Amino acid sequence: MAIISRSDRRERQSPASHVFGPAQETKGDLVVAQSLSNHENAKHVLEAKGLGIYYGDFRAVADVNIPIKRHKITAIIGPSGCGKSTLLRAFNRMNELVPGTNIEGEVLFDGENLYDSVVDPVEVRYRIGMVFQKPNPFPKSIYENIAWGARIHGFKGKMDDLVESCLRQAALWDEVKDKLNQSGLALSGGQQQRLCIARTLAVQPEVILMDEPASALDPIATLKIEELMQELKKNYTIVIVTHNMQQAARVSDYTAMMMLTDREAHSGTVIEFDETTRIFTNPKDKRTEDYVTGRFG
Amino acid sequence: MKEKLATPNYNVNIRGRNRSGSIWRLVFQASTILGIIALAALLLNVMNSAFGYVALEARVHPDTLAVDGIALEDQNKEQLITVLQAKISSGAYNKLEKDQPFAKRSTANIRQVILERVLKYDVKQSWSLWESITRAAEIKREAAEKYPGAILKFNSWLSSDFVARPQSSVALSTGVRTAILGSLWTILFTLLLAFPLGVGAAIYLEEYAADNRLNRMIQTNINNLAGVPSIVYGILGLAIFVRALEPLTSGSVFGVVDPTTANGRTVLAAGLTLGLLVLPIIIINAQEAIRAVPQSLRQASYGIGATKWQTVWSHVLPNALPGILTGTILAISRAIGETAPLVVVGASTAISFDPSSPFSKFTTLPIQIYQWTSRPQDEFRSLAAAAILVLLIILLSLNASAVLLRNRFSRRY
Repeated sequence: MAIISRSDRRERQSPASHVFGPAQETKGDLVVAQSLSNHENAKHVLEAKGLGIYYGDFRAVADVNIPIKRHKITAIIGPSGCGKSTLLRAFNRMNELVPGTNIEGEVLFDGENLYDSVVDPVEVRYRIGMVFQKPNPFPKSIYENIAWGARIHGFKGKMDDLVESCLRQAALWDEVKDKLNQSGLALSGGQQQRLCIARTLAVQPEVILMDEPASALDPIATLKIEELMQELKKNYTIVIVTHNMQQAARVSDYTAMMMLTDREAHSGTVIEFDETTRIFTNPKDKRTEDYVTGRFG
Repeated sequence: MKEKLATPNYNVNIRGRNRSGSIWRLVFQASTILGIIALAALLLNVMNSAFGYVALEARVHPDTLAVDGIALEDQNKEQLITVLQAKISSGAYNKLEKDQPFAKRSTANIRQVILERVLKYDVKQSWSLWESITRAAEIKREAAEKYPGAILKFNSWLSSDFVARPQSSVALSTGVRTAILGSLWTILFTLLLAFPLGVGAAIYLEEYAADNRLNRMIQTNINNLAGVPSIVYGILGLAIFVRALEPLTSGSVFGVVDPTTANGRTVLAAGLTLGLLVLPIIIINAQEAIRAVPQSLRQASYGIGATKWQTVWSHVLPNALPGILTGTILAISRAIGETAPLVVVGASTAISFDPSSPFSKFTTLPIQIYQWTSRPQDEFRSLAAAAILVLLIILLSLNASAVLLRNRFSRRY
């Protein structure tokens, strides 16, 4: 079976469940999980292999081969329109919501192809959550914003505790604990974005994809989000798309540099993937060097 | 401000731009005012007919009905019964007694019977509200001259009695209760059919249907259906609901046999016909409302692993509901004012009993108004005006409640 039944998942011990550790019962499971998790640490959580993405006939992204490492932050950078967001969305099959989107190649999630016909996209998005560029909390209360996701996935525990825990992880609890019944839309932009992150945490994904999560925020709110990411990476794997190279340099462990390769076809691809420090200090590709030093793009 | 030095190739002309802006503003203002004037004229015209002086002549002069010097208005029940007995044939009296024993009738009821059976007031002439206000003295003189035995009184054709009484062929004692109930029953079935079907179709077309040739064709046809003349829906309703589905619409399938029912021409058939009529309106408006729900909200929902249905049910529908209800309000307004399809479907013109089930014969307010306006006598035109006012009031209150409902739902977080 491709990815998961719920019981499988428990044994594999998702990174998120570490936070909710006390709620998980049997010790035996945990031990197994620990060893499995060590084993898997060696591998990549996600891996794009020969990935190409089409909007109709237009090939937006071509031939991407990058690994996403567990418990690391991987940044995708590059100039506008080179397909960064498209690539990110391919990691949890969000592109499919746009009619006419197709892919070639594969995206491996723990070694299994996400685009295999037996894989349910709902399951994919459940395990690989997403935070969007523009904060988009539900037009519901703060509490409900977080509880809804857990509820649709059959959360049986104490909802109040879950809401508090998610808000604490998203560094939002102290600011909103007295107004959980107020609208999520009444918060400031930065708070809304952290609420969206908390909402994602509530379904305990294994990977969190962030599509320019701080681009609509001021520097202070941006800083908070970045600090939060450092905190979250202990338990989650994060992939972030950003326009802001300083941000990529500050927060990420690995960086994928994307660029339009084929001027004619306007297809973007990853031209270089490496540890962030190396991308920013000693890139192999001339174009990467030009871009990160600000001489281009 | 000091004038800016002229820039070559630019004709800035701010004053000219402002001037043309204010001209357009005047044009828009004028169209709004014209619209308001038209509406006011309509309302005034209706009111003009609905109130005014009438000259009433009784078959038997009321003074002759006095018993022992007590005028008709002050007589008690027994005295009234005596008067009635003396003035109508014993056969007619017995029939009335059989309908409802006099002992059980109220004094007001008996007075009403005397009014209808004995006095038989006849409207000799009626005047419009405008005339009644401006030429009151003249009218009084004219009436005294032309109809010496008549009573001149200022009559409001719209009254609580008018609303509460069933239909009758006598202008002074007719009412619109039957028609109001008929309209409400019809609207009920219209909504029961059109709302769930329409919203369901809109959800399918917006959220599920693929963008292919078939679905585009369906979409185009729905848009076209919204513009089909209502009489065509009447013919459709006649063929389907009245004829083909007669056992269903007349209730014989359910074992309900209403002796008054004429071959499927029932409230149910009318409601379903109007339901088909407003279905495209509801679909189109619901689609608009669903389309207006921001895509980011759907993505947020999908992004945490919600299924399509969970997304639609928990996020799309609640946020589209105000718009859907707005469309429904429009649909109700359209349906409640429809006449033509109901004429075809077979609304009864003369009916004196209230609809009591989906399988009853019916009339509706527009049908009633249509019928009254086609009568030659002036007083029926006044009745029609009064019925129009009733229709407008019902329409406005239905809409008001729908707006309240909508505002309740659109109370967002």
